[in-house]
Amino acid sequence: MSAPTAAAAANEDTTAELLRMAERLAAQAGPGEQVEAYVARGSSTSVRAYDGEVESLSVAQSAGVGIRVVADDRQGFASCGSLDPEVVAETLADARDNARHAEPDEALGLARPDGVVPVHQELWFDEVVQLPTDEKVRLAIELERATTGADERVRSVRTAMYGDGAGEAAIATSTGISAAGRGTTCHLSVAALARDGSETRMGGGSDVARTPGELDLDQVAADAVERATRLLGATPVPSRRLTVVLEPRLAATIVCILGGTLTGERLLKGRTPFADRVGEVIGSPLLTVVDDPTDPRSMGADPHDGEGLATRRNELVRAGELVGFLHNTWTARRLGVASTASAVRSYASTPGVGCQALAVTPGEGTHDELVAAVDDGILVQSLTGLHSGVNAVSGDISVGAEGLLIRGGALAEPVCEVTLATTLQRLLTDIEAVGADLEWQPSGTGAVTLVIGDVTLSGR
Amino acid sequence: MRDVTTTSDDVLIDPDLMAQTLRGALATGGDFAEVFAEDRRSASAHLDDGRVEELTSGRSRGAGIRVVVGDTTGFAHTADLTPAGLRAAAEAAAAAARGGGGGVKEVALTRRDVARSYQPEVLPETVDKGTKVGLLRRADESARAAGSAITQVSASYSEGRRRFVVANSDGLLAGDDGVRTLFSVSTVASGDTGLQTGRESIGHTVGFELFDQHDVAELAERAARRALTKLAARPAPSGQLPVVIGKGGGGVLFHEACGHGLEADLVAKGASVFAGRVGEQVASPLVTLVDDGTIAREWGYVAIDDEGHPAQRNVLIRDGVLTDYMWDQLRARKEGRPSSGNGRRQSYQHLPMVRMTNTVLLAGDDDPDDIIASTDHGVYVAHLGGGQVNTATGDFVFGMTEAYLIEDGQITEPLREGNLIGNGPQVLTDIDAVAGDFAMGPPGTCGKDGQGVPVGDGVPTLRVKALTIGGTAA
Repeated sequence: MSAPTAAAAANEDTTAELLRMAERLAAQAGPGEQVEAYVARGSSTSVRAYDGEVESLSVAQSAGVGIRVVADDRQGFASCGSLDPEVVAETLADARDNARHAEPDEALGLARPDGVVPVHQELWFDEVVQLPTDEKVRLAIELERATTGADERVRSVRTAMYGDGAGEAAIATSTGISAAGRGTTCHLSVAALARDGSETRMGGGSDVARTPGELDLDQVAADAVERATRLLGATPVPSRRLTVVLEPRLAATIVCILGGTLTGERLLKGRTPFADRVGEVIGSPLLTVVDDPTDPRSMGADPHDGEGLATRRNELVRAGELVGFLHNTWTARRLGVASTASAVRSYASTPGVGCQALAVTPGEGTHDELVAAVDDGILVQSLTGLHSGVNAVSGDISVGAEGLLIRGGALAEPVCEVTLATTLQRLLTDIEAVGADLEWQPSGTGAVTLVIGDVTLSGR
Repeated sequence: MRDVTTTSDDVLIDPDLMAQTLRGALATGGDFAEVFAEDRRSASAHLDDGRVEELTSGRSRGAGIRVVVGDTTGFAHTADLTPAGLRAAAEAAAAAARGGGGGVKEVALTRRDVARSYQPEVLPETVDKGTKVGLLRRADESARAAGSAITQVSASYSEGRRRFVVANSDGLLAGDDGVRTLFSVSTVASGDTGLQTGRESIGHTVGFELFDQHDVAELAERAARRALTKLAARPAPSGQLPVVIGKGGGGVLFHEACGHGLEADLVAKGASVFAGRVGEQVASPLVTLVDDGTIAREWGYVAIDDEGHPAQRNVLIRDGVLTDYMWDQLRARKEGRPSSGNGRRQSYQHLPMVRMTNTVLLAGDDDPDDIIASTDHGVYVAHLGGGQVNTATGDFVFGMTEAYLIEDGQITEPLREGNLIGNGPQVLTDIDAVAGDFAMGPPGTCGKDGQGVPVGDGVPTLRVKALTIGGTAA
């Protein structure tokens, strides 16, 4: 159960107040009816700096309720962006009416306590909500300054931003679920523009943490500057098959595509290329992938899932073998298995199934060592067109890429305007090396450098 | 023609309260203030795996307030539309902008609504839920009947009504009440080559009469045919080839190749390859590109933008020459020119910025059949997927969800999905044929800096001399 945005004044009492509100709603369940209420409240700030000044400073408070009703094996849902009792009461009525028009499924029903004890995690830090606005402004302006002051070719940014959020959420059901939590996050992100003559290149850096003190501003700026400047002079190269090296932030993207295909919902509905493959080898023996929201290193860590069950460690791929799929209560019941506590949601949606804190188990070798072992390849630093070029049902992958050629183990000239194509199924088998350089991404995914052989590059 | 039952007579927010809020926002100084109050209702129904799984409804209501001092914008939003709630948000926005003395003191609001060029005949909220569920079932049956290889079908219906009122310290007061209705079908076909997918959607800024004009069964059959066709598809080529894009299928090409690059906020930051190029030949003389928020019923239609300015027909490129960028209030104010009606925001919780509406390439003189017949070896794209652009370099990608090989001037075998990649200024120059058969494409959602807004696009059949096809075949 994640609360991505949040409440400045939140404390244990206000979170308990949300839980009481959720419990009061759930208690309104009539005979033969189940009611789930998910209540969330949050506050956030974002500061964008440009040209040494504050470009914009936004402060936001939001709150909402999502209500799910199951009656006669039918489900209805309604949500509202308000905690106003009158509006919430109308929302419950809407959810009931919606249930009447849906079609029955005996597997429908709310989660019930399953005895798994939540792993306590410290996700709330007062430092975030107590950080003075002046300090937030200073961080954004300092980020822009650090980015534009490091290299004479980088004199401006597209955006330089500091943002934070504090959120609390509670869920209660008429089937005995009652859970609440709160958390804080803060982040820095910058897109640097590098110029040489009439040529402009863009490179990004970002960092997310639970507290501002953990943000590495200099690293964020340096990442963006390095990525923007090293692309200057990039050109398309001739089409060919080569080895692809994905740095951890991009390996995370690919691993998330894999994780997205391993949900009970896709399995039930025949929308995954890996149906009927549990127990079989689907990838390189070097690959182990785990979704573990109890791992506090992940920004996706959370003691509870979107249905209020205690989260747990779920192994998806072990040494190349497909171990299993992720489930929420409904997909588990349909398939006669137990929920893996993998319900993901916001207050405005019903719980789906998804990864919460996916991570690749580190292998051997540093990023540089892996690059040095590649004869003809490309070190990729950005992938574009993921939403149009990745089909998670067929497995087809075709994406735009920028990066640096690798020749004889050394980084060579920059490349732009090329595509990389393969299928997810082939990519997993073609993994030639898994690095030891575990990096946790802002998305909550933990990833390492991946080396993938025999990918088609299309260029000039 | 059916009767329209209007249920929106309640006042979203009192104009006097808006004026009072603006005065509060500028109490500590500032050059400009704005209050934007919005009420949204949405409902949807979803069928998957042969069953109507879920009906949902959602509502949100609130106001966003911004205060501009010099180059700094302060913004705050609230779901509390009472005088106290608005005062608190105004103070927060003013504090964020950090005052600055001087500025505007008196605010006298003048109402400047723009009549919608099309009024929905049937408000979707007045239609029985059972009727909506019936559409889903009809689509499901039709898609499954298209072939036994269709193994999965999902269908979604959604309706949205958005009312807003915006007022600013220049004295502007304007409001709008718009309805959008959308239906989509996704299919999976299963064969020896694995799984393939097909998707079709129809959406307009109209009411439930959408379904008098469009048959969801036909839509579903097209989605099924697309998946079935791809079962026999071969891998797309890898490398550069001429690409013919079918009418209505490929507006996203221009949205990405130059649309984003012509947004004044990106231009001002030097984050666009089109910065400083007004008056220059930036495209083939065959290209006349227009962003037009006034096209009635289209997905990107707006009567006024989210800053209260009337939507306009803006010619961006005429006969290949760059004529103007798109502007919002803030950027236009800095340049001392009027907004072009392109200031849009996802909701009251977001700051407006420069966005496209309906982006269309005007029809040319070529014959679409001749364009294909005169292409020796290339790719015909009947339907494009989404895309993405790096505005700083102009490099952009877009997906092809239905494409065929062209061999000896004939459309031949279907191709598997893939992205195409090109560079905006180069691709615009490389357009060597534009036909006279214009059509609008399916409804789209454009994402920028984390905000999504509804947009439309349209193109006639056209050809690009060379684009890089991101397939795996030699």
